[in-house]
Amino acid sequence: MPRKFSTFRITALAAAAFGLSGCSANWGWYVVNPSTQNGLNNLKFLLGGLQYTILLSLTAITISIAVGLMVALPGLAPGRFLRSLNRGYVELVRAVPILVLILWVYYGLPQLSGLSISVFWAGVIALALSDSAFEAEIFRAGIQSIDKGQYEAAHSISLSYTDTMICVILPQAVRRILPALGNQLVYMLKMSSLVSVIGMQELTRKANELVVTEYRPLEIYTILVLEYLVLILIVSAGVRWLERRLRADERN
Amino acid sequence: MAAPGPIIQVDGVSAYFGEFQALRQVTLTVNAGQRVVVCGPSGSGKSTLIRCIYGLELFQEGSIHVDGDQLARDRKSMRAIRPKIGMVFQQFNLFPHLTVLENLMLGPVRSRRMARDAARELAHSYLRRVRIPEQAEKYPRQLSGGQQQRVAIARSLCMEPKIMLFDEPTSALDPEMINEVLDVMTELAESGMTMIVVTHEMGFARRVADMMIFMDHGEIVESASPERFFSAPESARCQDFLQKILHH
Ligand SMILES: Nc1ncnc2c1ncn2[C@@H]1O[C@H](COP(=O)(O)OP(=O)(O)O)[C@@H](O)[C@H]1O
Ligand SMILES: [Mg+2]
Repeated sequence: MPRKFSTFRITALAAAAFGLSGCSANWGWYVVNPSTQNGLNNLKFLLGGLQYTILLSLTAITISIAVGLMVALPGLAPGRFLRSLNRGYVELVRAVPILVLILWVYYGLPQLSGLSISVFWAGVIALALSDSAFEAEIFRAGIQSIDKGQYEAAHSISLSYTDTMICVILPQAVRRILPALGNQLVYMLKMSSLVSVIGMQELTRKANELVVTEYRPLEIYTILVLEYLVLILIVSAGVRWLERRLRADERN
Repeated sequence: MAAPGPIIQVDGVSAYFGEFQALRQVTLTVNAGQRVVVCGPSGSGKSTLIRCIYGLELFQEGSIHVDGDQLARDRKSMRAIRPKIGMVFQQFNLFPHLTVLENLMLGPVRSRRMARDAARELAHSYLRRVRIPEQAEKYPRQLSGGQQQRVAIARSLCMEPKIMLFDEPTSALDPEMINEVLDVMTELAESGMTMIVVTHEMGFARRVADMMIFMDHGEIVESASPERFFSAPESARCQDFLQKILHH
């Protein structure tokens, strides 16, 4: 418990010091000063992107975890064919830069499929696709770390493959890979900023638009940094809480 | 008591790991209700033999029949044979993320499709049989090794198998816990269960076995009643082995 507070305190102190340095001559905090009407409006405008950043990231990570698991399973199969499907997917998807994937899905995919695609879903698809390769590797490593005896015990009570996975292997694997999954969520929150290039009204896009009208990039991007920082600190605390809870579950 | 007649038939089974031959033409018949104790030096193929009977290991020659069904590598034969056999491992292999009760209920609920209430009743009744009814809500790591192994035995029994296989069930235990596990196994033997037990606990073997088997280098070297086996073993290898484990 005390450790959690001290981590938080150090980060908060650093952020405060960073903010206070803004009292010197070159800063113009008026642009987001909530006691003025204009500053308040600007702040609201910036924070208006928060919900989209969160929604985009959560939707994408949910899909990418599901896809990642689907891709991980053939990677664990004894047969060479299934394993090479897994390798192929991972290598291919991992090789495409996220920004390129976003552009390809938004501008390219509609031409290919004939369907128009909203900015939001283009972002979700691109982020989820790109992340799924990493999720697949995480799941594969997590599942491989489970002792062979667990499969034999599951076999000894006649569990089917699906039941073995759902009731025995995955619950243990997920506990082990929780920190890595948490990392991917943090990564996803940051990468969602790239979806701003196709016009998604998330945090980064909002900041960019405000910079164009207010012409105060230093202050506005500083706020943007703080927005991501706070968001990610909350996610980290959540993941650590979950880890502690699952561990307590096993001990007590 | 179960009706006599062969329930396990192992016919000329050979198993290889790459070039290495782990089983050489093993033939063994076990009747219903019979208790077979298997011993032999480390690496002699004891585990491989019972893992073959259990379908956890492939064999390249020979055949195995369990309760009339031939063991094959396809799902259908697995589905027919698996529920008839229970297996207890040296390392217990309990599910660490589930409570004792959940460990016991998983098989009945998921593979025997029992209702949860009935499965819970069943689990409690087998926990009483292995004499740890009070540990139902604990997690495996909160129990001693002896208690964990008894939970593992109860977990197998919840599947109500006809045959129980034990692979060195007390080898991973501290000496003071061995007897509590052997007592439970003795009781099981007295209830008429067909058992194949790999163990070096010769006191237990004398008490419950009605057939002793000695293996070496992947072969069954000697197979005899306990009286003959302990008083006048035929082969020199078996005499040598008994000398070592009875007088240390
Ligand atoms: N999966 C495996 N791969 C290769 N060799 C194995 C494997 N399992 C067992 N063996 C070998 O087969 C032999 C018999 O092993 P095992 O049946 O475990 O013996 P025991 O149980 O009598 O100690 C040993 O020499 C062992 O090294
Ligand atoms: Mg062995």
